Amino acid sequence: MSKPKAVVAMSGGVDSSVAAALLKDQGYDVTGIMLKLWRGGEENNDSGCCSVGAADDARRVADVLGIPFYVFNFAEHFEQTVIADFQSAYARGETPNPCVRCNQWVKFDMLLDRAKQLGAEVLATGHYARVVETGGRRRLLRGVDATKDQSYVLWMLTQDELAHVRFPVGAQNKSETREIAERLGLRTAHKPDSQEICFVRSGEIGDYVARATGTGPGHLVDSAGRLLGEHRGLGHYTIGQRKGLGVSLGMPVFVTGIDASTNTVVVGDRADLMVGGLSCEEATFVAEPPAVGTEVLVQHRSHGAASPAEVVSCGRDNFEISYREPIEAIAPGQSAVLYSMDDIEVLGGGIITSTVRETAGV
Amino acid sequence: MLSFLREGFGNPSSVHAAGREARAGVEEARERMATAIGAAPSEIVFTGGGTEADNLAIKGALRKLRGNGNHLVTTAFEHHAVLDTCSWMVHQGFEQTVVRIPPSGVIDPQAIVEATRPDTLLVSVMAVNNEIGTIQPVAEIVRAVRQAAPNAVVHTDAVQALPNIEVDVRGWGVDLAAFAAHKIGGPKGVGALYVRSGVAVEPLLHGGGQERGLRSGTLNVAGVAGMGLAAEFASKEIEARRDRLGGLRDALLAGVRSHVPDVIVNGEMERRVASNLNISIPGTHGETLILLLDRAGIACSSGSACQSGALDPSHVLAALGVDESVAGGSLRFSLGRDSTEADIDAVLEALPAVVDAARRAA
Repeated sequence: MSKPKAVVAMSGGVDSSVAAALLKDQGYDVTGIMLKLWRGGEENNDSGCCSVGAADDARRVADVLGIPFYVFNFAEHFEQTVIADFQSAYARGETPNPCVRCNQWVKFDMLLDRAKQLGAEVLATGHYARVVETGGRRRLLRGVDATKDQSYVLWMLTQDELAHVRFPVGAQNKSETREIAERLGLRTAHKPDSQEICFVRSGEIGDYVARATGTGPGHLVDSAGRLLGEHRGLGHYTIGQRKGLGVSLGMPVFVTGIDASTNTVVVGDRADLMVGGLSCEEATFVAEPPAVGTEVLVQHRSHGAASPAEVVSCGRDNFEISYREPIEAIAPGQSAVLYSMDDIEVLGGGIITSTVRETAGV
Repeated sequence: MLSFLREGFGNPSSVHAAGREARAGVEEARERMATAIGAAPSEIVFTGGGTEADNLAIKGALRKLRGNGNHLVTTAFEHHAVLDTCSWMVHQGFEQTVVRIPPSGVIDPQAIVEATRPDTLLVSVMAVNNEIGTIQPVAEIVRAVRQAAPNAVVHTDAVQALPNIEVDVRGWGVDLAAFAAHKIGGPKGVGALYVRSGVAVEPLLHGGGQERGLRSGTLNVAGVAGMGLAAEFASKEIEARRDRLGGLRDALLAGVRSHVPDVIVNGEMERRVASNLNISIPGTHGETLILLLDRAGIACSSGSACQSGALDPSHVLAALGVDESVAGGSLRFSLGRDSTEADIDAVLEALPAVVDAARRAA
């Protein structure tokens, strides 16, 4: 009997390298696929994932593991979806999360389709998260390694995708992943974790957005609308930001609002950041949408704790939650992910479109 | 060639006996190369490959002639060794006209003439296209250019010419012609540039003044010896190869047509080398086709491979005006010395299932 086929999305990092190794151990006929996400020139990023150097690393890992390896060119699709969304979100004054979009529109959509085309039953990635099946229902859980958990960027996976998706390293700690890589002699064993958005360096997002969207400096005002100075372009700011504002008011000030229609950045004090609830669009749910009144934990950025809240309304592709205690600094464009009260299971998520300002007096 | 790797440690530039032996090997190879392409031995400059030969031709000629004009002409479906070098020269201040290619895949000499200007210094047209195998009317183009722009130097990228068509650089009338050893059955990393007697180019590499001062650096003696022999063999097998491979190739196309009636042939079949077949299978992705064929033990290509191993959309098919969706499902079969009827049968046996799988999810 022939082995079941699996495709592993390889980035050239240690996690996806080991994911491929583990899947092969489990008896799959594994094919490694890397996605090339850039058009034309190779010079853009020589260190990030999906670069030429990363492809060389992934190819060598595949050779050592004895699995075939291919690079698919998804550059055009990536540009038309993830990059276009990144730019338009910033132009709207939001703070997008391109990793969420890439999972949503590239990895677990187009790549999953291609994997099926190749006869694969399973698509695996190196994410730290878990898929378990109980009673015919698939559940998406946080990774075992709490410091590396990536379930936040996987909220868009529903029963259909989860039937085919595997996260082989999600059941172990990162240190175990590195040990396995080392034991197998994989050259990626000690490669540092990637931190930045793959198509723009973290310190250069503002300039990138300005270049890509043709937007520039504008007014920096306080909550009463008083002009305090000039901002450097919307891409340089996110809600809650304290550094690099270039104003000194004798007290700590934060970005509290971004109004793209007037190209204005609003600053205020900490109290102006407090949020009582939020609304999401483009929502999906791993299984059924939660009932109104359900107690959940809500995580609103990739690194940070989930906070207790209640589902106030819930449609097929949208929801609103109200926090039990006000939360500081929530940026529209990020994802809000709903977790079970034991903070283990992903229930669903969506893109934050608006927040409810906590008006409780200070 | 092997004798130079095993025993011959002499430097061809040295005066002692071992050096003389190495030099004799190089000069014998130069004679063989010259004979194979209809040149004099003194017109052959050995390089580190076809890309270097194209670079030396284009950069060398333009730098030499700078001041007499500022313009170059090339075509849209050249190899990147030519296209990117020309773009680089534009970056350096030259102007270029890139001539479009008709759907036949054969350059119209009149279009080249129309692209020339009084200040045209260089015309670079390929002899055989590397993706669609179409044979270009080099001699006719040279005659036309001599009338329209008598001062222009004419270069041809002839890397794909041997062993597919007779090469006669004098008959063609070109000033410069680039060749690569590995395309004619020789070793990788060696090439040659034909520099017509009386034509001057600036070197890219300066140093010991080897290769008449046009390519400093100690020669790869074993590689050069291999190239000489390969060129000699290649020039002798052209006719037999054309008959044998042409028959196999036509059988392949007929077989593909019977399985996939809507197959599209890219470029015209009549003026095409016998070793090439470039087709598009509507409704498929080239990447998927290649991967599935590779898993079935069949090696072919689609688009052009970039450094990461991804396939970039074919600039050649784009130059011919092939619709993007059709170009995306393109497949390039290259036949060679070792291709047999059994190989063709194997392709035709594997193809229907591969096309079905690639179409199913597309």
